[in-house]
Amino acid sequence: MVPLNYYLVLSGLLFSIGTAGVFLRRNLITILLSIEIMLNAVNLTFVAVGRYQGTVDGQIITFFVMTVAAAEAAVGLALVINLFRHRETLSPDAFTLLKW
Amino acid sequence: MLLLIPLLPFAGFLIDSLLGRRLSKAISGGLACLVMIAAFGVSLLSVLAATHGADHAIQQTVFNWIPSGDLQIPFALRVDPLASLMILVVTGIGSLIHIYSIAYMHEESDSEYARYFSYMNLFAAFMLVLVLGSNFPVMFVGWEGVGLCSYLLIGFWFRKKSAADAGKKAFIVNRIGDFGFILGMLLIFVTFHSLDFQEVASRAAQYAPEATMGAMTIATLLLFLGATGKSAQIPLFVWLPDAMEGPTPVSALIHAATMVTAGVYMIGRNAVLFQHAPETLGVVAAIGTATALMAGTIGLVQNDIKRVLAYSTVSQLGYMFLAMGVGAYAAGIFHLYTHAFFKALLFLGSGAVIHALAGEQDMRNMGGLRKALPITYWTFLIGAIAIAGVPPLAGFFSKDEILFRAFSNGHRILWAVGVLTALLTATYMFRVVFLTFHGERTRTPDSGLAHDRSAHGHANHLHDAPPAMALALIVLAVGSVFAGLVGVPQVLGGSNRIERFLEPSFEVHATAVRPGSDQGQTPLEPSAEHAVTETTEWTLMGISVGVALAGIGLAAYFFLANRRAADAMARRLSGPYRLLLNKYYVDELYDAVIVQPIKQLSTFGLWKGADVGLIDGAVNGVGAAVRGTSGVLRRLQTGSIRAYAASLFLGVVLILGWYLIG
Repeated sequence: MVPLNYYLVLSGLLFSIGTAGVFLRRNLITILLSIEIMLNAVNLTFVAVGRYQGTVDGQIITFFVMTVAAAEAAVGLALVINLFRHRETLSPDAFTLLKW
Repeated sequence: MLLLIPLLPFAGFLIDSLLGRRLSKAISGGLACLVMIAAFGVSLLSVLAATHGADHAIQQTVFNWIPSGDLQIPFALRVDPLASLMILVVTGIGSLIHIYSIAYMHEESDSEYARYFSYMNLFAAFMLVLVLGSNFPVMFVGWEGVGLCSYLLIGFWFRKKSAADAGKKAFIVNRIGDFGFILGMLLIFVTFHSLDFQEVASRAAQYAPEATMGAMTIATLLLFLGATGKSAQIPLFVWLPDAMEGPTPVSALIHAATMVTAGVYMIGRNAVLFQHAPETLGVVAAIGTATALMAGTIGLVQNDIKRVLAYSTVSQLGYMFLAMGVGAYAAGIFHLYTHAFFKALLFLGSGAVIHALAGEQDMRNMGGLRKALPITYWTFLIGAIAIAGVPPLAGFFSKDEILFRAFSNGHRILWAVGVLTALLTATYMFRVVFLTFHGERTRTPDSGLAHDRSAHGHANHLHDAPPAMALALIVLAVGSVFAGLVGVPQVLGGSNRIERFLEPSFEVHATAVRPGSDQGQTPLEPSAEHAVTETTEWTLMGISVGVALAGIGLAAYFFLANRRAADAMARRLSGPYRLLLNKYYVDELYDAVIVQPIKQLSTFGLWKGADVGLIDGAVNGVGAAVRGTSGVLRRLQTGSIRAYAASLFLGVVLILGWYLIG
């Protein structure tokens, strides 16, 4: 059986990759994908810890997260399409109007 | 019954002020006179009842006014000999002046006419409360009330700026005195735990005059400060001459006969207290004498007929305070009583002159009115002789009594100044008589129409006082002749009845403290009368008469026989003359020392400094600070989502790190 630590390390790795993607990439769609990676890293942790404790709680929460992620992807992509129509670009630095 | 005395004029005030606009002059004026005469009748009855009552007084507690622990103040009225004299003067002379006003104020419109009489009635009501009050707070109600009415009546012609200003001046100057009065009252309550006149007197009497506590001296000094305000003594006398802006009957009633004597009355009312504060008495006598002399000298050169009379009033009030200060309370009140007659007479006479000349007040534009105004002339002359102190008219007895007491109680310097003032009194009064009624008219009436009221139809022909005015003048003239006869001293074969009459008011209940002994009768008047021989008394009397006649002679020489001499004298002594003409520059001095600094402080310190600088500055400062901070903080809101995300991430890392490490 694979020890819990392996899962956690992998999960941390995935989360870091996702975070780095959110901050470093200059494309909104890539950023959305990076957020998916971060969510799935967390999902992996839930499942691993659930399995480790011998309960199904982790798996149930994972289903919820996946549902929310699907909804988020739908709303996010819709926003991205609308933003693109405005500015002809997908760089997040182009959208800084929301300030005083 | 006592309550009725102030209540009658008050009812007149209510009716005239509420319905006055709809009433005709005959009704509003007649009503005002009627309530005054009724009040006079009730006063007479009360005085009769009081003189026959036990310990010469009757008292009526109307209701319990301020019940609060230690402080129990009933609204109580009391008539004792002192108060009886005062209520008779107030209602009697008040009635005459009301009757006089009917004619004098006839040119006012109906509503103004009613307003005038409502103020006059209100004044009488408050004055009677002042006089009848049996404790300090009740007296203070009247004290403030008469001050208010004085203000309202000085500024009666409020459309004229000088009148409005004079009213304000009177009110504000009086506030200073009233401040002293309140403090004195509080100190008395703290010291004696009572505010009732009689209780305070009996508690104060338990101390020997020598063993005065400092508190008593301070309290009496504070009360005296109140008296200087109300009675126009140094240093607060400046308002009275300006008060002449009011209608002349007001000057006669309020600023000569009654209200201004309230200070003298108040000291007489607290005679026992003052007797136990010898230092205060010294101050009272000195201030009174100084005021008498100063006002007398100013009166010598003034040209406005009413101002001369005003300074004369200040001077005579000084006499009364001199009497109070040397412990001759009865003599002071006696002078108050005779002065009320002849000064009211003089003012009303001057009012008749002003009325006849359609508002002219400058004596330089008068002259030769003797034939045109015979009633006014003769009554005015009687008043002048009375105030000058020629026997056997009223002024002689009272003034001589004061001077005699000053002399016999050992105040030789005060006596000398008093005699000098008597000389001045005779001189300036006869200067008025000669300038106004004798000689030739220097200007025609038409050229001298510098007055506020519109020239009415009879500017061209002079007319003597109409019947209502003549009646008041004649009654007062009779009073001025005979009023003094109640106080003929023993040496002239009289019995000085008024002194005997007033005595119970100036001592502690003789029965309560020292039962029935003769020493109890005259604890305040030292038996100095015996120390001065009859010859001395005759000599002093002779000096008084001589001085009065000399004063009249001086006036006759300068202003009747040889008017150029007066002008030449004025030119030769131009320095002192100008000093006197400008009233010793006291107004200017007060302006420079008190008014201007306060104005400067208010403008630059309180207004521009504290208000604009500090308070507005604080409010605006808070606003500016918020705006400045926001200006800095708003730079954090860049609109860049990634920056927000970064700070969020950083925050999470920091918090997690804190938990993991800590």
